[in-house]
Amino acid sequence: MEQSWKQAKAVFAAALGPPLVWLALFFLAPLAIVWAYSFGHNDGLTEIAISGTFGNYARAIEPLYLKIFLKSAWVAALTTGLCLAVGFPVALAITFASDKAKTWLLLLIMLPFWTNLLIRTYALIAVLRTEGYVNQGFEWLWNLASVFAPLGDFQPLQLLHNNFAVILGLVYVHLPFMVLPLYSALDRLDKSLLEASLDLGAGHLRTLFKVVVPLALPGIASGILITFIPALGAYLTPDLLGGPDSQMIANVIERQFKRANDWPFGAAMSFVLMYLTFIAIAIQALLAKKTPEARG
Amino acid sequence: MSKPIITFENVSKRFGKMTAVDDVSLTIHEGEFFSLLGPSGCGKTTLLRMLAGFETPTEGRILIDGQDISNTPPNRRPVNMVFQSYAVFPHISVADNVAYGLVVDKVAKAERDRRVEEALELVQLGGLGHRKPDQLSGGQRQRVALARALVKRPRVLLLDEPLSALDAKLREQMRTELCTLQEKVGITFIMVTHDQDEALALATRCAVMSRGVLQQVATPNDLYEFPASRFVADFIGSVNLFEGVLAVDEPSHAVIRSPDLPVDIFLDHGVTGARGGAVWAAIRPEKIELHKKDGDAAPNLGDAPKGTNAVAGVIKHEAYLGGSSTYEVEIASGRRVKVQRSNLTRWDQEDFKLGETVWLCWHACSPAVLLS
Repeated sequence: MEQSWKQAKAVFAAALGPPLVWLALFFLAPLAIVWAYSFGHNDGLTEIAISGTFGNYARAIEPLYLKIFLKSAWVAALTTGLCLAVGFPVALAITFASDKAKTWLLLLIMLPFWTNLLIRTYALIAVLRTEGYVNQGFEWLWNLASVFAPLGDFQPLQLLHNNFAVILGLVYVHLPFMVLPLYSALDRLDKSLLEASLDLGAGHLRTLFKVVVPLALPGIASGILITFIPALGAYLTPDLLGGPDSQMIANVIERQFKRANDWPFGAAMSFVLMYLTFIAIAIQALLAKKTPEARG
Repeated sequence: MSKPIITFENVSKRFGKMTAVDDVSLTIHEGEFFSLLGPSGCGKTTLLRMLAGFETPTEGRILIDGQDISNTPPNRRPVNMVFQSYAVFPHISVADNVAYGLVVDKVAKAERDRRVEEALELVQLGGLGHRKPDQLSGGQRQRVALARALVKRPRVLLLDEPLSALDAKLREQMRTELCTLQEKVGITFIMVTHDQDEALALATRCAVMSRGVLQQVATPNDLYEFPASRFVADFIGSVNLFEGVLAVDEPSHAVIRSPDLPVDIFLDHGVTGARGGAVWAAIRPEKIELHKKDGDAAPNLGDAPKGTNAVAGVIKHEAYLGGSSTYEVEIASGRRVKVQRSNLTRWDQEDFKLGETVWLCWHACSPAVLLS
């Protein structure tokens, strides 16, 4: 294979053409249509007139919707933070596991990925609902304790259909997104750097915060990004696990397209969400540029 | 020699079924430049890592200054290590790298800065403290690793293959510098290497290891001239080994008869500890003289009886190395003997041609007798 890709233009075009056409037809074109809708208004029941108005965007940042945007960002941030807090020790443990255990642990992390989100969410409902496994377990313990002291009747905990359930569900769903980039960053780390830190007299905690975390920063940044973005646009989890006050922006958008039948407004909100995502990516890219030496 | 600083007492280390270090007992003295030498996988690195605290012995004890440190964690040992990969922290500056161990020790800022600058001067990196490690060459990164370890004023400095990642010219230079550095700071250095030249050039004493076992501990000179076994003779430098039996063994002289040689090997000293059975005569290539064959009279170097220590052979291979040449000479038995000859003048090597028949002869004091 002496020829470079640049010289073999025909091969290049043949390989790249079909996917490009696919993307243009089924991703860019619909996106452009939705983008155009966002500058329009409903004209009768089924028609949308594209009038170039910014009214939909103005409405999208009205306090009512802005609050939901902010709440979504807050929920996504909390989810990301919890994923980081749980995922970092997990990734660290996998890095230092034996080669054989590593494969199995990574498989365990990946396994939920290969299970349908709907099934996983319903499984979580089965765990959390009033007659669910958690409450059953607590009731059993309660009754056991009642033998020794009069405690009265067991009151099941309200675990489902609230913000707690949404955060729990989001952390559960997004944990692999956090663990995998963290693991790949930590695994690349030269282990002799850790030994050098110990050798110079540092304890394990100092080594963790002065050597491991700074060197894993690029991995932490990409973990945060690819956890935060899907969490921000989460739809199914708040829909099924959340209560009346835990709707996120994706649920509001869905309502515009379906029940409210206000496609232009739904389109505008979708694009506000997309712009937020772009901003998050830009911030990450800027941070990555600032610490080039930490990447290797 | 001054007082012992490190003592290994019957130390063994097993990883599963594999024995990496097998019953090693060794004493290293204060101020020594000690080298652990051996082929890869011989256990030398494991021995060093046990000293640093990254491995704990399966059996036996390790003492530093008389204190048992076998189970002391690495951050509480008075030793510091220069890693093979240097392990310079890439995210902080050179000065911060060097200061790392001092910050851990809570050394005051003013004193810390002074000691960091001192350590950087010591390894000739003065003024480069603000740089990031990726702005340094490989050789400079190694100096950072050296400064970072030395600034802690350890009792013992451990060096894991310190020169293996440098190119040939720089390696030569660093060798000299390491020697000077050790004399300057007076700290005991322990170096692991697979490179025998490095060990011979740097160390005051070497331990040769093979398959987890200490083969010989001696000065470089003794290792080369008085190897204890065939393994050591072969591992250090190049050697011609002739298996044979002791035909004569008197206090004043001995004779070894080898089926590989048409003549006897005459030695000007007796052999101690021989218990019959096979012995080996080890003759270094540079200790065999090459002579023109002008007739059948064998040359005689004067210290051996006629008819010993000289054989005829044909030059089968020649390698010109600049400073010297090595020849492979085939003798009557079919055995090839390695001979090295210095290029004393610019025309020196023109005398001996491929295919030429020559005399090989050696002094009665040249062969070393090996019993194992």
